[in-house]
Amino acid sequence: MKYIEYADILENTEIENTIYRMTLVCPKIAKEAKAGQFVELYTGIGECLLPRPISINEIDAKNGRITIIYQTVGKGTQYFSTLKNNLKIMGSCGNGFSIDQNIKKSIVVGGGIGIPPLVELCKNIKGDIEIFLGAKTKPILIEKLSEFGKVYVSSDDGSYGFKGNVVELIESVKPEGEIIYSCGPKIMLRELSKWAEKNKIKAQVSLEERMACGIGACVGCAVKVKKDGDWQNLKVCKDGPVFMSDEVIWDD
Amino acid sequence: MINTSVDICGIKFKNPVTTASGTFGSGREFADFVDLNRLGAITVKGVASRPWKGNNSPRIAEVYGGMLNSVGLQNPGAEYFIKNDIPFLKQFDTKIIVNICGHSIEEYCEAAEMLSEADVDLFELNISCPNVSQGGITFGTEPKMAEKVVSSVKKYSKKPLIVKLTPNVTDITEIARAAVSGGADGISLINTLLGMKIDIKKRKSVLANKVGGFSGPAIKPVAVRMVYQVANAVNVPIIGMGGILNYEDALEFIMAGASAVAVGTANFNNPYATVDIIDGIENFMLENNIKDINDIRGIIG
Ligand SMILES: Cc1cc2nc3c(=O)[nH]c(=O)nc-3n(C[C@H](O)[C@H](O)[C@H](O)COP(=O)(O)OP(=O)(O)OC[C@H]3O[C@@H](n4cnc5c(N)ncnc54)[C@H](O)[C@@H]3O)c2cc1C
Ligand SMILES: Cc1cc2nc3c(=O)[nH]c(=O)nc-3n(C[C@H](O)[C@H](O)[C@H](O)COP(=O)(O)O)c2cc1C
Ligand code: FES
Repeated sequence: MKYIEYADILENTEIENTIYRMTLVCPKIAKEAKAGQFVELYTGIGECLLPRPISINEIDAKNGRITIIYQTVGKGTQYFSTLKNNLKIMGSCGNGFSIDQNIKKSIVVGGGIGIPPLVELCKNIKGDIEIFLGAKTKPILIEKLSEFGKVYVSSDDGSYGFKGNVVELIESVKPEGEIIYSCGPKIMLRELSKWAEKNKIKAQVSLEERMACGIGACVGCAVKVKKDGDWQNLKVCKDGPVFMSDEVIWDD
Repeated sequence: MINTSVDICGIKFKNPVTTASGTFGSGREFADFVDLNRLGAITVKGVASRPWKGNNSPRIAEVYGGMLNSVGLQNPGAEYFIKNDIPFLKQFDTKIIVNICGHSIEEYCEAAEMLSEADVDLFELNISCPNVSQGGITFGTEPKMAEKVVSSVKKYSKKPLIVKLTPNVTDITEIARAAVSGGADGISLINTLLGMKIDIKKRKSVLANKVGGFSGPAIKPVAVRMVYQVANAVNVPIIGMGGILNYEDALEFIMAGASAVAVGTANFNNPYATVDIIDGIENFMLENNIKDINDIRGIIG
């Protein structure tokens, strides 16, 4: 079930340049939310008619809270960064990661602003985890994620860790695992999916697409997915955002 | 007691508020927020005789005062719709309007024939679709073509037929008259205005399809004007839409001559929009001593 809540803002602070962490009180959403799902944030300003999808970073169901981490990239996110009191949100949206508790060794991969949902994911994984993070410069949440396993880091400009993208980093480390969970830019996920296929590891990828309703009603957020020798358009907001990488048709 | 019920082509709606096709799915997705029993009618997303895959992504772009969409009428086809969506909708005490699309007159007729056997109340014919055999020109922009598609579908349709007009024409009354002489029992308008948005950093159109339908509050003045013109040109019930966000907007359409109104893009901005508007209309009637909603229809003259 989805809810709209007027969430009190407990925290809305800049944790890195242009990146904010916000903690929201939304007991109904928090109670049912799971890793890999997202919430829709309403601006309430006429200029931004559509809600903004933001992944859930952490869930605290007991205290009825969720945390999100967002980057100010445009009008909506800039507006959120100014808020102090409350915010109208809808959630939780999407399918989330499907976490197999019997798996002994998982590989978790995040790129740029796709890293935040991996925190709640890692909290829920039972076995060993190896984590690979990449970004243009230093990736966010390195310390937080090292609570859950060994973290390997890359940056495009070489300013932190391995110089190159995160898939090149993975190619050099050659991790072993039974499953990959990932979130990041589409190009990264496409390259990761090739690596996963070559190494015969199943990969779950969390995709982004432009959205209007966020709940599966408008068919605005299509992604091409294989179907019985043909293909179909599925909805990122409802059928996703998490898909199996070998089902996605990457070349558009 | 006030009366909010309206008669649309012989079908009684408990209130004049329905949903705009394509913005409300088949109601299911909004049922967490909206008591569907409260709606005058539910207009479902466009259905074709066979499944359509739709356009490539991105399909959505936000623009000042609204949005663009180029969904390309993706839909799972009439058979799937009849099996999966109608049983769901029949649980609710509301009327069902099925929006029909097609690439050719044959496809429209086929869909109307298939859906005529289904337990629904009204058809809404979306003539804003491209006519594939005529190089993709929109059916609804040519009076002769509009009349032909309406009169053809009418033969296969066992439900009252509302024809939904595109605003991308020079004279909307000409198309409205053509639709009525083709046999339209009602008219709905407006569909989206053709628009475009360019990403100046990437130097390309935001939508993969380059152009898309413009909807939302910015189009409302155009829509109200067109409803007003059509109401004065033809003698069939009108469902007005285009940029309705609140009850004030809805009342503008009714005063311009619409018997009912449809809420579209507003559902994305506020999932409760439809019920908020129904409540708002009732309050307005009570406060202004309006006994019957039909008394203010077309009141501006
Ligand atoms: C499932 C999902 C999860 C996401 N999780 C996060 C997250 O955890 N942290 C984070 O910082 N960002 C996340 N994003 C991206 C975030 O939604 C956009 O950065 C945000 O919508 C930009 O809004 P704006 O008003 O600041 O930008 P503007 O450019 O002004 O936005 C204009 C329009 O484009 C849309 N838009 C712009 N960029 C994107 C994008 N990358 N993806 C989808 N829609 C976009 C906006 O929603 C809005 O409708 C996520 C996107 C999706 C689809
Ligand atoms: C995402 C989206 C999908 C739509 N799909 C359809 C459709 O399938 N058939 C149709 O006749 N109109 C469709 N429309 C047009 C709307 O029904 C409506 O006519 C238009 O959006 C104007 O109203 P609004 O400004 O309130 O949204 C669609 C509009 C949007 C935004
Ligand atoms: S955003 Fe409307 S269906 Fe996904």
